[in-house]
Amino acid sequence: MIEHVIHALGLIFQVHVLAVIVMAAAFGLFVGSVPGLTATMATALLVPVTFFMDPVPSIAAIATCVAMAIFAGDIPGALLRIPGTPASAAYVDEAFTLTRKGQAERALGTGLICSSIGGLFGAVVLSTSAPKLADFALNFSTFEFFWLACLGLTCAVVISSNAPVKGIVSLFLGLFISTIGLGVVAGFPRYTFGSTELMGGVSFIPAMIGMFAVSEILRFVTDTKPPQHIEQRRFGNLFSGIGQTLSRYKVNLARSSVIGTVIGILPGAGSDIAAWVAYAVSKRFSKEPEKFGTGHVEGLVDASSANNSALGGTWVPAMVFGIPGDSITAIVIGVLYMKGMNPGPTVFINAPELIYAVFIAFFLANILMVPLGFMTIRLSRQILRVPKQILMPVILMFCIVGAFAINNTVFGVSIMLVLGVIAYIMEENGFPIAPTILGIVLGPMLEQNFVTSMIKSNGSFLAFFERPIAGVLGVATLLVWFVPLITFLYRKRKQAQA
Amino acid sequence: MRFNDAVLGLVLLVFSTAITVIAQTSFPELPGQQFGPAFFPTIIGVVLFGCGVVLTVQGIAKWKTVPLIRLGEWAQMPRHIGNVVLVFVALIVYILFTDTVGFIPVSFLILAVMMNRFGARPWTSVGIALLATLVIHTAFYKFLLVPLPWGILEPLEW
Repeated sequence: MIEHVIHALGLIFQVHVLAVIVMAAAFGLFVGSVPGLTATMATALLVPVTFFMDPVPSIAAIATCVAMAIFAGDIPGALLRIPGTPASAAYVDEAFTLTRKGQAERALGTGLICSSIGGLFGAVVLSTSAPKLADFALNFSTFEFFWLACLGLTCAVVISSNAPVKGIVSLFLGLFISTIGLGVVAGFPRYTFGSTELMGGVSFIPAMIGMFAVSEILRFVTDTKPPQHIEQRRFGNLFSGIGQTLSRYKVNLARSSVIGTVIGILPGAGSDIAAWVAYAVSKRFSKEPEKFGTGHVEGLVDASSANNSALGGTWVPAMVFGIPGDSITAIVIGVLYMKGMNPGPTVFINAPELIYAVFIAFFLANILMVPLGFMTIRLSRQILRVPKQILMPVILMFCIVGAFAINNTVFGVSIMLVLGVIAYIMEENGFPIAPTILGIVLGPMLEQNFVTSMIKSNGSFLAFFERPIAGVLGVATLLVWFVPLITFLYRKRKQAQA
Repeated sequence: MRFNDAVLGLVLLVFSTAITVIAQTSFPELPGQQFGPAFFPTIIGVVLFGCGVVLTVQGIAKWKTVPLIRLGEWAQMPRHIGNVVLVFVALIVYILFTDTVGFIPVSFLILAVMMNRFGARPWTSVGIALLATLVIHTAFYKFLLVPLPWGILEPLEW
C-alpha cells in the first residue's frame, strides 16, 4: 500500500496538478458563493474543461471544486439569507439571525472550520473503508452488480422526492435516454430515427450541462423577485472564540461528521439531506433546544460539518461499486467512464495509485479550504455584488462551448437545449432531476449486467438469487420495491373495512 | 410553468406507448437469445406507462382545484417573457450560425444583446461581451484545443 501512496503523492504534488487544484478551488468557492449557482452546476461547468486533462488532475479538480462550493454556499446564506447551494438551506435562518445580531464573523468562521473538519473526517472514512470494501466487492459478478445498481437507483428515487411516482418517472426517463444510440446489446441502433449524430447516443456532458446549468439560467430569467442588496460592513476577526465553540460542541462535531458520512454513503442522498438530518438531530439532543432559530451556533456546527463530511461518503459507493451516491458523483462516474477508467473494485487493483491520488486530493482540498475560504469570506461582499445580468449570459456561453467541445458539433448544443427545457419543466412540476442523471449514467451498465447474467443463466431469473450476496441484495431490493406498495394496499383495505 | 398531473400523465402515456411500440416492431430479435435490444426499452416503456396512469388518475382527482396549466408570475410580465424567448433565440442562433459566421462574432452578439437586455448599460455590455468572448475563445481554442469555428474571421485567424 505504502508504495501506492508514494506513487499517488508523486501524481498529485506536481506543479500543474496543484495549479489545477487551486484554480478548481477558486472556481468552486466563487460558484458556491453566488446564490442560484449550485455545487452540481459548478461540476457541470467544470467537466468540459477536465475532459481534456489526465485522470488525476481532472478528478482532483472535481473533488476540490465541490468541497469548496459546498462550504461557500454558507456565505450568501449567512449574509443574504439565500443559501448559495441547497446543502446550506437547512441552517440558513440560523446563520442569518447570527448576522443580524452582528455576529456574521462567528457564523462564517464556525461554518468554515466545521466544514473543513467534517470534510477531513469524510476523507478518512473514504480512504480507509473504500479499499476494504473493494476487496470484498472483487467477488461480485454481474448478478451482484445488477442488484447493486437496482438498489442504488431505488434509493435515489425514494430519497429524492416526496412523490415516488415522479421520482420513478425521472429515473426511467434517464434510463430511456441511455438506450438511445447503438445499444450495448448487439450494437443495434435504437431511437436514432436515421440520425447519424444520435448513433453515438445522447452524450452525457451536454445532457448534464443542460439539466443542471441551462435549467438554472431559465430559472434566473423567469425569476421576478428583485435582487437583494447587502449592507456594507467590514468583518472583524473570523476565528475569535472558535476554539471555545469547538471544544464546547466537540460531541456535535463528531456525531454530525459520522451522520454526514453515513448519509453520503447511502446511494441517492448527499450533502443537502445530511445537513437537514444533522440539524434536526442537533436540535433533538441539544441541552438548549429553545435557542435554535435565534442565532445559536450549535446547529451550525452540526449541519456544516455534516454537509462536507457527506462528500467523502458519496464517493465510497461511486469508487467501489460504480454506483453514485448523489448527482455529483454520478457526473464523476460519467467522467471516469470517459477516461476509460471504469469505476468498480478492479480499479483498486489495476490503478491503485489513481485511487490513492483521489484520497490525497480530498485531504488536500479540505485543508486548503481554511485559507482559501478565509480569503473568499473577506472578498464575499465583492463576489455578491457581481451583477447577475453579466454573469448569467457568460455562464450560458460557457455551457454552449462546453456542450460543443465534447464532439465538436453543435449537435451537443441542441441536446443541451432540449434537456435544459425538460429539466426546467420537470423541476417546476416536482420531478427530481438527480434520478434522471443517475439513469443516464447507470443505464448501460444495468442493461449489460442484466443481459450478460441472463445469458450466463440460460434465461433463468432464479439465477439472480442463487449466489448468497446476490440473493441478499435481490431480496432487499424487492422488499424496498414492494413493501411500501403492500402496506399502502393493506391500509386502503383497512380503511375500506372501517 | 406548472401543469395538472393529468396533463403530464397523458403526455407520458403517449410517449411510453410510442417507445414500446417502436421497440417491439422495429428492433430485431437475436437468434437463439431471449433478450435482445427490445427488452430493456420495453420494460422502460411499461413502467413509464404505469406511472402515466397513476399521474393521470391523481390529476383527475384534483381536477377542480389544480388548473390544467398555471404559468409562473413571469408569464404576465412582457419583459420576462422577452428574456425567456431571448435565451431560446440565442441558443438557436448559435446552433444555426456558428459554423458559417464563426464563434467570435456570434458569441459577441449573443452576450452583448443578452447583457443589455438583462439590464447592463450598452457600453458595459459591449465591452464585457467582447472581453468574455475573447477569454472563452482563448481558453478553449488555444489551451483546450477545441476547434471553435472561425467563420467570417478565417482570414484573420490567430
